[in-house]
Amino acid sequence: MKRNTDFSELATRSGEWMRGTGPESDIVVSSRIRLARNLADFPFIKRCSDEDRVSIERTIRAKMEYLSDWEEVHYFDLEQLPEIDRQFLVERQLVSREIAEADGARGVAVSADEHFSVMVNEEDHLRIQVMHSGLDLPTAWRQINELDDKLEASILYAFHPDFGYLTSCPTNVGTGLRVSVMLHLPALVITRQIEKVFRSMQRINVTVRGLYGEGSQYSGDFYQVSNQITLGRSEVELVELVGGDVVPRIIEYERKAREYLVKEGKQDLHDDVSRALGILGTAKKISSEETMHYLSKVRLGVNLGLIEDLAVGTINKLFMQTQPAHLQKLHGRLLRSSERNVERATYLQRHLSDSFDN
Amino acid sequence: MKCQYCEKPATFHITEITESTGSQVMHLCEEHAKGFLQKEEANPVASIASALAKQLDLGQTKKDLEELDRKACPVCGISFFEFRNTGRLGCPFDYTHFAADLLPLMTNIHESIEHVGKRPRRSAAADSHALMIQLRREMEEAVEREDYERASELRDELRRMEQAGEGLGDS
Repeated sequence: MKRNTDFSELATRSGEWMRGTGPESDIVVSSRIRLARNLADFPFIKRCSDEDRVSIERTIRAKMEYLSDWEEVHYFDLEQLPEIDRQFLVERQLVSREIAEADGARGVAVSADEHFSVMVNEEDHLRIQVMHSGLDLPTAWRQINELDDKLEASILYAFHPDFGYLTSCPTNVGTGLRVSVMLHLPALVITRQIEKVFRSMQRINVTVRGLYGEGSQYSGDFYQVSNQITLGRSEVELVELVGGDVVPRIIEYERKAREYLVKEGKQDLHDDVSRALGILGTAKKISSEETMHYLSKVRLGVNLGLIEDLAVGTINKLFMQTQPAHLQKLHGRLLRSSERNVERATYLQRHLSDSFDN
Repeated sequence: MKCQYCEKPATFHITEITESTGSQVMHLCEEHAKGFLQKEEANPVASIASALAKQLDLGQTKKDLEELDRKACPVCGISFFEFRNTGRLGCPFDYTHFAADLLPLMTNIHESIEHVGKRPRRSAAADSHALMIQLRREMEEAVEREDYERASELRDELRRMEQAGEGLGDS
């Protein structure tokens, strides 16, 4: 494992899970699984002294140093990182907002391809996560299970024979497993069916949350579906509930809504997505919410074949790199909000014209 | 009166108010009442607060809850009141100490209260771990009251336990 503080290389590329490939990637952006684990002989984070946190972080880091095949894993000491860098890791979904904004000894190990990350001293001592592009939960489960085995070989977890893996919050106890699938559902939003679809999901133990821009004027039409319960069903059953049952149903609804839009109003839709692309490619200053809103339309246009010469992976990359911390990293200095809006517009113009030239 | 979903007697009479249907009285048996009351919550504190509120509906009196609030874990020192307010427990031993109080809560949050998934290959001797957590707390308290002699004794004791393999890694 390498100690790392250099982000310049990370900033220029997007993580593997943003490639826009994998099953159902026209609708499913990413599949993520996380496991919550705690050491047996320390209090949970909330009752930890500063010294406890330091001991936990040191202990876990030391164990991870010796893991085989971890030579290319980077470790970031989050206590030492400046805020902009922590924000950058949040935007890449390698760390949670909570750990980025917390205090005290804490860190994250990240694999070179960004498929996995292990947070130390988040809400639980260990938060392990694996991410993939598209709908690929079985692979994510297999990998995270192996990762968990590997860590467990040298770390003694808090475990109860009846309640399973013990977590700081009883909503995570048992498997400690949360499956989250990020979906792009613009057609269900346009046809105003999204509420209805989600209401029907509520009774079957899944949670749906809007991502980005919720409650603001613009929405990026991204939704995250996760299992609500963690105790009483096995990991494989939970993975199957979300990935085999719920998500495929939502995908089907979204496909039908897209078909309907194409059939009933192709010209309107074509106009709408083309205008969105026009704004993104010519604006002189643009906020991140507005960018999200129009990129969502463009993404739909690309997936329906209404916009050619643009790859879904490129759009995913633009989603990430137009966020505040990425933009500032790429620009090489801190920027005020108004400066960011100008820089964002410049960035979009450059990249969208690049794509058309290719 | 029978439960409106099965043959069991209806012991819960719940009034639900929704915008579309107005108020509606449901007559349910205990099992169906629990299922009905179990609604999704994204926020853990909110879900714990709502599960506890349901517990209150399901028979626990205010006095019972006040008494429960004062109960504290002998290992980490957290009170049930603190847990209820933050939604976070203090240490693994809380699941044993507050087991009876957490069970109805966990039943509300989850589908069942029996873990059926993965198990770690190595099991921990829970007592010695609880003791280590307790010693860490006592050590911190000794430092706070500037009793460095006691703190140093406790530190040695913890080191000894860690090296004896009661702690990380080797049990």
